[in-house]
Amino acid sequence: MDLERSLLRRSAWFAPAVLLAGGVMLYPALRTLALSFLDVNLTNHFHSEFSGAANYVRLIHDSRFYSAVRTTVVFTTISVAIEFALGLAMAIAADSWKRGKGALRTILLIPWTLPTAVIGVLWAWIFNDQYGILNSLLLRSGVLNTPVSWLGTSRAAMSALVIADVWKTTPFVFLILLAGLQSIPGELYEALEMDGGRIGDRFRYITWPFLARFVFVALIFRLIQAFSVFDLVYVMTGGGPGGATETLSLYAYRMMMRYLDFGYASTLATATVAILAVVAAGLYFLIARRHEDLG
Amino acid sequence: MKTWVSGLLIIGMCAFAMAPVAWHAMSSLKTASESTRIPPTLFPESPTLANYEELFGRRPFLRYCLNSFVIASLASLLCIAAGAAAAYPLAQGTAVMRARVAAGLLVLAFFPPIAFLLPLYEMVRSAGLINHPWGLIVPYAGFNLPLAVWLLTGYFRSLPPDLAEAAAMDGLSPFETFRKVILPLSLPALATVGVLVFIFSWNEFMFALTFINNDPSRTATLAVATLSGAFVYEIPWGLIAAGVIASSIPLILMVLFLQKTIVAGLTAGSVK
Repeated sequence: MDLERSLLRRSAWFAPAVLLAGGVMLYPALRTLALSFLDVNLTNHFHSEFSGAANYVRLIHDSRFYSAVRTTVVFTTISVAIEFALGLAMAIAADSWKRGKGALRTILLIPWTLPTAVIGVLWAWIFNDQYGILNSLLLRSGVLNTPVSWLGTSRAAMSALVIADVWKTTPFVFLILLAGLQSIPGELYEALEMDGGRIGDRFRYITWPFLARFVFVALIFRLIQAFSVFDLVYVMTGGGPGGATETLSLYAYRMMMRYLDFGYASTLATATVAILAVVAAGLYFLIARRHEDLG
Repeated sequence: MKTWVSGLLIIGMCAFAMAPVAWHAMSSLKTASESTRIPPTLFPESPTLANYEELFGRRPFLRYCLNSFVIASLASLLCIAAGAAAAYPLAQGTAVMRARVAAGLLVLAFFPPIAFLLPLYEMVRSAGLINHPWGLIVPYAGFNLPLAVWLLTGYFRSLPPDLAEAAAMDGLSPFETFRKVILPLSLPALATVGVLVFIFSWNEFMFALTFINNDPSRTATLAVATLSGAFVYEIPWGLIAAGVIASSIPLILMVLFLQKTIVAGLTAGSVK
């Protein structure tokens, strides 16, 4: 009786959170999975019929799906690599600074705080081939002879997306890694120096063990966000030119909202989750498994 | 690293971070004919507020901002309320329970939002909440719940356990203890969560794009991303620049005044 009552009380504490998370995340995720096995679209008036693995068969023969996977992987790999390199270099640079860290954080937080969709608008205009400031600066300084159609060719459009993403999210990586560097007690370095350690030892025995957890957190967050990219692509290139920058989320969105094929759209969304899960697990085993305490 | 190298790197990054926003601020003050001049000018020749007058006078931009403000504030409050209530017993619970809940929350937090979109659209539509603020408030509160529970559990655990014991001795029920003792002491953590959820909700685009299809219900982010001219081929650059700047000002102010709070929230997850 008493135990029951305390259980009941406990569940009252959790009820709002469980309802909320269950209602807007867990149930929708399971429903998406279920829909991926159904045939629901405009042509059958959204009448749902079980279609077995038909949507998945369609998926493995869908060249637009493979192209979206390639685009998403290229975007994620390049932007996260640049953000990480730049963020780490800046964190090391800023770590040795005695003053002005607050001002530095404030300036760098601004790009991170702005809405991604608004940032897409902002960069689309900068990259505009006629009125954009970038071509104008490059032409005036003699780097270019003819204007580049930044959003008009597939390579340039991908670079433009990466630059905008790097602009927005390098500060996030920087802040996490700076927090990591600042968590290292300075005495440790002094102790190592007295023991006659070399520069390499410094990194291997002190910096890395402290920093690994922060590296993991920064990488996993960025990886997942970059892989789910939607706003930036939707606003800046609309997936163009000619579908060259269409990512998985954008393709699934279009299948849902433009082609109104809910069954296949759910299959695309499910495939996105599955690929992401594999990538995230890979990263976890690569970094976290070697550092038991990360768990 | 050599001091001058690191100095150069940091100054370069700051310039890179500021320049695009600065250019838009300049462009928003140009006349329509100047903003489409080739080559573009850096500084406005005859600065004008015409774009802002158009934005706030002829278009309901203030309305969009108000929509965003209401949605983001209520989503933060709902998220904090549900998150704090769950985090409090978790903080007192066993380590095994915490680890399990944390793992579950992390998995949910890492789902790409596209995986929730269609079922949520069905739910929002059948609840009659298309174009209604609550159609976005509830999802935004839910999406950020893992962050709230994560940060608040950590904070509640850092409070001395004798507090709750002392309150119980004074005859307070667990809920009264939570409301009258724990929550007032946790204001810094609640503020951190609130600010982050506010920013994430203000910035959200995909769900706003899908759940809102009439003009007066749009959020500021949605409005700026879909601002267009009277004709399909006329792109109102000056107006868009003004929209970018106007919708960014509330966020820039938050960064200026709450930089420490935001950084604390962002890094708390990795510090443990």
